[in-house]
Amino acid sequence: MKYVKEIGIIFGISCVGEALNRLLPFPVPSGVYGLFILLAVLLSGVIKVEHVEESGNWLLDTMPLMFVPVSVGLMDSFGELKAVLIPFVAISVLSTLIVMVITGLVAEWIIRRRNRKGGDES
Amino acid sequence: MREAFADSLYFGFVLSIAAYEAGVWLKKKTGWPVFNPLLVSVALIIPVLKLINVTYTEYNEGAKYISYLLTPATVCLAIPLYKQLHLLKKHGAAVICGITGGVIANAVTIFALCAAFRLSHVHYVTLLPKSITTAIGMGVSEEAGGIVTLTVVSIVITGISGSILAETMFKLFHIGHPISRGLALGTSAHAIGTAKALELGEIEGAMSSLSIAVAGLMTVLVVPLIANWI
Repeated sequence: MKYVKEIGIIFGISCVGEALNRLLPFPVPSGVYGLFILLAVLLSGVIKVEHVEESGNWLLDTMPLMFVPVSVGLMDSFGELKAVLIPFVAISVLSTLIVMVITGLVAEWIIRRRNRKGGDES
Repeated sequence: MREAFADSLYFGFVLSIAAYEAGVWLKKKTGWPVFNPLLVSVALIIPVLKLINVTYTEYNEGAKYISYLLTPATVCLAIPLYKQLHLLKKHGAAVICGITGGVIANAVTIFALCAAFRLSHVHYVTLLPKSITTAIGMGVSEEAGGIVTLTVVSIVITGISGSILAETMFKLFHIGHPISRGLALGTSAHAIGTAKALELGEIEGAMSSLSIAVAGLMTVLVVPLIANWI
């Protein structure tokens, strides 16, 4: 029953997230609303992390698999993609790497500076 | 062959799991980052479907149930975030500046590269949301007048390439702190990158989850401005 209850909580929050997605005018996906709801109930202590953790970790572990169906959808947009295939792939990959490196370096630089000022804690 | 599988509810579901497991096995066996399980799955499933003449719609009849789990999985990203919240409080400046830098870098590099490849404005706005999670990205592209199907393609390419190349880039540019690594993965490669970040560690996963939400929301606010501007 433990897992049933955990899944019940997680799916219940997903359901509320979905309702907010439909009712509110912002382009925020249901899952992101749900993420903040779960964070809020965990912080408020209404739900303890032990009440969602095992099923939650299982869902997180399985997450990459959940992108398979959308990705296979590539096969249906191949016609449109063909004309711009090389620039699209090149731009996507290059810009991803640049974004990754810039985000990482900015964060790294600030963390190092802070650590130098604020003593040895990491 | 077609008759046996086209109407099956389980076919798409099972084929997806089997292909993914094959990818996991291949990655374990060879240790090569190119054998990203998601990439292997796509490379296996598309030829199989073509071979037995099953359409994507028919495949997705079963496979969609896997996609349904994405919303509760996104909700659960709150768990690592909750556990690492003290880090967020302490490194708030690094989090905000890192993600902002990434969102700006995304808009600028795509603009420059689109100009270099002589692509049109439509393609520019199609590519703009490529670093944010599909659910937000599709909406952004549509609002800005992009081609939504191509946006989804670029989001997937982004996620897979980001996950495959992350560790190499971290080594190359000496990005060592788990917080920086998590932020970098989440901001550049959204939820697929976050799955990779969770593999690296809990702090990486937490920071990456946070980046999906923050970078996603920032992009939502920034893209309409840029789309009208340029």
